[in-house]
Amino acid sequence: MKKLLSGNEAIARGAYEAGCEVATAYPGTPSTEILQALAQYPEIKSEWSINEKVALEVASGASYAGARALAAMKHVGLNVAADPLFTLSYTGIQGGLVVVTADDPNLYSSQNEQDNRHFARSAKLPMLEPSDSDEARRFAALAFQLSEQYDCPVLLRSTTRISHGESLVELAERKPGPIPKKAVRDPAKYVMLPGYARPRHPLVEARMKKLKACAESFPENKIEKGEKKFGIITSGAAYQYAREAFPDASFLKLGMVWPLPEKLIHQFAQMVDKIYVVEELDPFLEDNLRAMGIKVIGKEFFPVVGELSPELVKKGISGPEPVPEIEFDNNIPDRPPNLCAGCPHRGVFYALKKLRAFVCGDIGCYTLAAQAPLKSLHTCLCMGAGVGQSFGMEKALGKSEKVVAVIGDSTFFHSGITPLIDIVYNQGQSTIIVLDNLTTAMTGRQGHPGSGFNIYGQPSPRISLEKLGEGIGIRTVTIDPYDLEQVERVLKQEMEDEKPSLVIARAPCVLIPEFRKTKKPPMQVSEEKCTGCKICLQLACPAISWVEKPDPAKKRKGFARIDKLSCTGCEICAKVCRDAAIFREDKN
Amino acid sequence: MSAVTNVLMAGVGGQGVILASSILAEVATESGLEVKKSEVHGMAQRGGAVSSHIRFGSKVYSPLIPAGEADIVFGAELLETCRWLPYLKPGGSIIANLQQIDPPAVFRGEMKYPGGLLEKLKQRDPGLIAFNALEQAIALGDARVATIMLAGALSKRLNFEQALWLEKVRELVPQKALEINLQAFQKGRALAGA
Repeated sequence: MKKLLSGNEAIARGAYEAGCEVATAYPGTPSTEILQALAQYPEIKSEWSINEKVALEVASGASYAGARALAAMKHVGLNVAADPLFTLSYTGIQGGLVVVTADDPNLYSSQNEQDNRHFARSAKLPMLEPSDSDEARRFAALAFQLSEQYDCPVLLRSTTRISHGESLVELAERKPGPIPKKAVRDPAKYVMLPGYARPRHPLVEARMKKLKACAESFPENKIEKGEKKFGIITSGAAYQYAREAFPDASFLKLGMVWPLPEKLIHQFAQMVDKIYVVEELDPFLEDNLRAMGIKVIGKEFFPVVGELSPELVKKGISGPEPVPEIEFDNNIPDRPPNLCAGCPHRGVFYALKKLRAFVCGDIGCYTLAAQAPLKSLHTCLCMGAGVGQSFGMEKALGKSEKVVAVIGDSTFFHSGITPLIDIVYNQGQSTIIVLDNLTTAMTGRQGHPGSGFNIYGQPSPRISLEKLGEGIGIRTVTIDPYDLEQVERVLKQEMEDEKPSLVIARAPCVLIPEFRKTKKPPMQVSEEKCTGCKICLQLACPAISWVEKPDPAKKRKGFARIDKLSCTGCEICAKVCRDAAIFREDKN
Repeated sequence: MSAVTNVLMAGVGGQGVILASSILAEVATESGLEVKKSEVHGMAQRGGAVSSHIRFGSKVYSPLIPAGEADIVFGAELLETCRWLPYLKPGGSIIANLQQIDPPAVFRGEMKYPGGLLEKLKQRDPGLIAFNALEQAIALGDARVATIMLAGALSKRLNFEQALWLEKVRELVPQKALEINLQAFQKGRALAGA
């Protein structure tokens, strides 16, 4: 049966068919849907893990016990999981262990554009890279086989276009994994004391040699013979762009991007007059091919930055020949994403701006508060970084600079707790604000340890931030983010105080069911009273718009209007209005 | 390469562009064609611009439509339709919702919603299909069916059987709003003309 599936759904399908029993992930674009799809299969124990490191550790535990297991994450998630990954390369596995890394060329929803193929080389692990959904399904199954055959985790690399692109997939039946399940007591393999780890390293090197030999005959490394004029070595989404641009060229399509099949590459090089390497992001294949002594053309003609496209491949190879250029109309305004109407984060950022705070930010919807007109978030580095950075800034600047950290609830659980403990232990004075909207909003409202539900939507223990703070020994203050007066008062007080504190601004995300219980009738603007001061527009609420209508008698250029359909009645705008022009229509 | 049909669908997060593109992709799949569909999820939910590339034919490689090769540009919002106009091939068709949704710089009063957009579209496709789908949908009884109405109009520009479209609309729209979605689809077909 053929079905149209996204690459993420296809990876999940492939893992299911391969008998995967345990699957873990922390949500992150573009990888999130892999676990959402895996959770649909009752045979698989799926979980949203607290972060990627824990996800890989849980999956590796299942693998040690003989189960086939998968951990999925976005590219930067693998940085978090790198610690267990590198040593798993030494211990090896029992049941097949597949680590999916979904890279994000062009940074559609990420903080950097790193190329995770480098991880395969540095952790000394094989990496497969599919170029469409059916390959994603097949490669997931192949990855489990390779993992057991060579006793190591296998990396499966996707990119945004593969993960979120849909194409046809041939479905197969589920088969159980071949490894018996038991707790294997083998300290020389699983206890990485220096004395045990030292002899594992030569085994890793020997394994990579065997994998190199395997790559030579790996059926997904394919020569597609075409014209002799030039050949293209490529993989993943780049293969599709290159094939679109040059349907008649010769191709060496690599399904395994590490280790590389040196003999096959030399054989291909003999077949064509010159070789282009078409790859997204870094010259990973190119550098390795050059090291093999193969003359190739690559990044001198293709960008290192951003995504490729059929046009960019055409341009890179055809050189000065005219290729249609896409020129977007500069008069068309951008449409960047925005904090939703009624978003509980808005009032906190408005207050922080008023208090002239320097705000160490973090990863989540609230990072959007860096944009005009709120402009009240001043750093965003990686998950959890804002908490530690605010402490570092305090050490450098003293308390005078009014530095605070804001972090989302899911991000706080992911990696905000350890830096908070660091502040308490090292007697800092920082003010840490958790924007607790009870969900992982940015990636599509997944559960987390503070949300009260698990990946299946079933109730699960809700970890209390207040009790966590108490246990650490930091004062916690819980505030209502819609109560602007309280927000300002508490934040001012906490920023002045010399003791550290954890401020919890709690209200449900407007996109989750809990919100409906609190939703109020929409607000309205009195056209009569509005002076056109535009202060409400500084909230960047998509429900509030400006109506240009000069009125010399009223000395105003226009007035504000509130869209009834999108307004949630949060009242923040009424609280900032100096002319009492915003009110709620009384239904009676 | 003319064997591949390229449809670029664009709009604003929340309008249902992804749903409409899924319906088209399923219709093409069911017709026995190879289909690729590509879009970017993530930040779009926060009112950002959304676009989906749908390609179908006997063999499809790139998930992205090459520049200037879209047979159809389908826009659920006027300005977003114009944004993707450079992708339209010469002689290609346009299906445009005349509804305007102000982007942030416009609703904050920093910029004006650009004028003359419909004229720009007409220059590229004098026979374009354009109507205000939001107003039509409200008249029908539910603002949320606007984009399905546009999908109905789209069905008139592609050679798939109507029954197949209706089957996929039935499968993919929320079941409690099935009837009004089917009505909207038919209304869209009627508004597209002959």
